This record gives sequence, structure tokens and C-alpha cells, in this order.
Amino acid sequence: MTEPIVLGIETSCDETGVGIVRGRELLADALASSVEEHARFGGVVPEVASRAHLEAMVPTVHRALDQAQLRISDIDAIAVTAGPGLAGALLVGVAAAKAYALALGKPLYGVNHLAAHVAVDRLAHGDLPEPCVAMLVSGGHSSLLLVPDVTGAVHPLGQTIDDAAGEAFDKVARVLGLPFPGGPHIDRVSADGDATSIDFPRGVVRDAPYSFTFSGLKTAVARWVEARQRNGETVPLADVAASFQEAVVDVLTRRAVLACRDHGVDHLVIGGGVAANSRLRAVATERCEAASIALRMPPPRLCTDNGAMVAALGVLLVERGVDPSPLDLPADPALSLT
Amino acid sequence: MLVLAFDTSTPTVSVALAEDSRVLSERNVHAANRHGELLMPLIDEVLGAVGVTAADLAAVAVGLGPGPFTGLRVGIVTAAALSDALGVHAYGVCSLGLVVYGDGERDYVVMTDARRRRVYWAHYSATEHLLGGPELDTPQSLADRFAVGRPLLVGDGAELYRDTFAGFEVVAGHPQASRLAAEVAPRVRRGDPSDALEPLYLRRPDARPPGPPKSVTPA
Repeated sequence: MTEPIVLGIETSCDETGVGIVRGRELLADALASSVEEHARFGGVVPEVASRAHLEAMVPTVHRALDQAQLRISDIDAIAVTAGPGLAGALLVGVAAAKAYALALGKPLYGVNHLAAHVAVDRLAHGDLPEPCVAMLVSGGHSSLLLVPDVTGAVHPLGQTIDDAAGEAFDKVARVLGLPFPGGPHIDRVSADGDATSIDFPRGVVRDAPYSFTFSGLKTAVARWVEARQRNGETVPLADVAASFQEAVVDVLTRRAVLACRDHGVDHLVIGGGVAANSRLRAVATERCEAASIALRMPPPRLCTDNGAMVAALGVLLVERGVDPSPLDLPADPALSLT
Repeated sequence: MLVLAFDTSTPTVSVALAEDSRVLSERNVHAANRHGELLMPLIDEVLGAVGVTAADLAAVAVGLGPGPFTGLRVGIVTAAALSDALGVHAYGVCSLGLVVYGDGERDYVVMTDARRRRVYWAHYSATEHLLGGPELDTPQSLADRFAVGRPLLVGDGAELYRDTFAGFEVVAGHPQASRLAAEVAPRVRRGDPSDALEPLYLRRPDARPPGPPKSVTPA
């Protein structure tokens, strides 16, 4: 059989993503984002995101087909993010995927958003080493996963018990008067700061060595800033941003390396929007090298939510002969990995 | 000229397959909040019941609401994607006009549940001409508004607030896809261009820009 061509649809948050993948080759990666509509609310508003998905859905499919220079009838299977994510947002993508699948008489594959973030690295760096450890860090997720088989067995090792890493970036950005989403702004401002100037706390979760907590860190930054402001001092923006970023990156990379070591796994994949952070990429590279762990990070464009990652996982499901999903596939906001 | 019609604007998912205005197969299923799970299997079912596939369709039609947003979007995005994938026209109409009404002698007001103590409504003459709406209001303000004339009230929005509508005749009803198919049949025959399929939300998203960050320093 020739390599399957899969169209992937992603609508779990504020990005309407449609990707087309043939085998390991990325043919199209079209994206419509409602992030600017959310910026003034300081976070993603689910109803605003859902409305934007509905408007963008069919046009984004078309842009993807144009990029790939394919017709819809060339598609062999439809894959879609079934969860986890925002309920109303997921449902737009899932309903559209079912309609395309039924209309074309092609199989439908509901996929897990987190597994898709791992699978996408196949497009950048070739077949995934299995087992691997994956760390997914974004505005909605901060998880460490043990991945013996990305199409089936994905075991959560730990996750955040409060804010997601990206959420911490957003909240600290707000404290510092930086725009939403905070990640890219903190990354940029930090470049001129001293990351060792303020020793912000590294939160530890008792009896959960691979879990995260960022809520205390966020509060510590806010307190530190308020104390300066109360005394009429200038807040050293770059130093605060850099020191905060260092604390997040330190915790993330330390736990990821620990998870690899403890499970005897020598491959780490890092994905999710926060994986676009330059300091995270640098420290992860350094620490993985020191620990003899092969580090794989998709290019930043494929780290944030997109349809290509869903298509990439869809191709693996087709190749491995996994059964397609039924037409009553639900959108599951809390979809688990197992 | 096969038309597939469906509506997901109320707790009832309604799906019909029609040849011109003759209904070949119809399903009406109470969905609660499972529109997304039920719609596509029901579509598959009405097609299968007649022994055709989606490729045989000449057009699709969908109720544009108003209705609770999440379920409403399931129907609309399904219509948009089917129309796109099949290369057929898609038509959309106000869902309130698809509620099969009472007696044909009095004017009537269709009301569906808009949640949060509101109803979506539209007022029609006995001959089914739109007199007012679609709009969103409290049951009490509608009871006051229609106190003179006392039209027949139709739909779950009226049933839910029977106490408020004491003195009105209230009957059950929900948007029916068979009626939708009949309504768009002339347009299908003429091959009219597709509609934009914009949902009748009638409500802005609930969201307010945040104030300044709250202090975290203990007082």
C-alpha cells in the first residue's frame, strides 16, 4: 500500500488547525487562531473560541488542501482531536471530522491531543523511539508521559497539580504588565535579564516526583513585584522575567531528566507551546546531553497546537492497523490517555 | 433531488431525508446534551433506511437556531462540512419556524429554552408569516407582551414556564427536519446558491476583560 494521506483536525483550544500528512511527510499545516480575540480577556474564552472554530473550520480545510495541492477526495482518512480540551471547541472539530469522513466514505480516527503532541515529532525527526518519555508543556497542560506506543499505551507519570506551565507564564506576564499570551513576551524580555538575580521557589509536590506546581511560584513573583512597587522602587522587569523563567525551566527539565533515568529510557520528546521557549530548549539540550539522553524537540511551529500533529498520529494509527472510531465518537474534555 | 435536513437547536435532534418535499425517512431523538454523539449516526441511519449514501445527496439543509450554542454548532458545522465534501449546496433557516404548530386558526408564538431563565421566541400568523422575532427574552416579559391576543404558545420554552404562561394555551413541539426539507425544496429544485450558515446566537459570549491583578500581599 502507498503511504496513507491523512487530514487532521485540531480544535481543542483557540487554534483551528488542519494538517495533511502523507507517511512522514508534512504536506500542509493550515491554522486560524482566535488568540487576538482572547487577548483583551487575559485568557482563552471558551465561547469565543468555539465561535471562531465554526467560522474557520471549512475555510481552514480549504487552505490545507490548497497548500498540499490535493483534492478532498485524495484524503485516505480523517483524524481529529477528541480530547482533552474545551468541550464546545472540541465538538466543532469532531462534528466536522465526522461529516467529512461520512461524506467521503473514509475512516475516522479520534485521537488524544497529548499523544498527537508527541507523534508530531515524527514529521521533524523521523520515527519515534518507543519507549520514550514525553514532556508536554502548554497553556493547558504540563505532563510527563511514558510512551511505550504512541498509538496506544501512553502512561501519565505526573502533571501539574495547579497551573499549567504556560498559564504561569500568562499570569506572571500580567503581573509584569506584558500582553497575553505571556510566554513569548517573557522569553523576549528575559534575554536582557539576569536569571540568577532572584531566587524564586521551585515547587515540589510531595510523593509525586514527576508532578509540577506553579501556583506558588506565580504568587512569589507577584509578592516580590508588589513589595518593590509599594516602596516606590522600579521593578527590574527583565531580571524578574528571567528569574521566573529560570525557575520554571529548571523544574521542568530536572523532572523530565529524572523521569527518563528512573524508567531507564534514553529518549525525551518535548512538545506543547512552552516548548517554543528558548531557555527551555537551551537548558533541556544541556541537561539531556549531560545525562546521555537523546532529546527531540519539534520545531516551534509544530510545538504549538496544530492540525499536522493530529494528522501525524492519524497516519500512525492507519499504518498500525488500529480500528477507526465509530460515528458516535464523543468529544471528551477530560479524555485520558489509557 | 435528495435533500438531507437536520436541526440541533433544541434537546431534540431531528434528521430527515426527503425527495423534493416528500419525506423518505425521519428520526427525532431526545439528545439532552449529546447532539454531537447522536447526529452523525442518525444521518447514517436515515440514509441507510432508504438505501442511499451521502454521495447521492443533492443538497443539505440545517436549522440555524436560535438555540443553545454547543448543540447548535454541531448541526451547522456538520452541514457546512457535508456540503463542502460533497460539493452540494447548503441551506439554513431559522429553527423556530420548523416547530410544527397548533391549529392553523390563531397566530402562535414558538418558544424554545434558551437556559438561564430566558426563551428564544418568534411570533407567526395563522398562515405562518413571521410577525416578530426571533429574539431572546424572559418568560415574564413575553407573558406581558402577549397578554392581549393570547396567541397559542408552542415549544419547550413555553412548557418549561407554564406557571408564567397561566391563561395561555401551551402545546408541545420541536423543530422538525421534515419541515425543513419541505421548506428548502423549491430552492433545491432551482439550484439556488448556498446560504452563509451563520448561527442565530442572539447572545454575546459571556466574558469581561479582567480588572488589574489582585494583590497577593497579605494585609
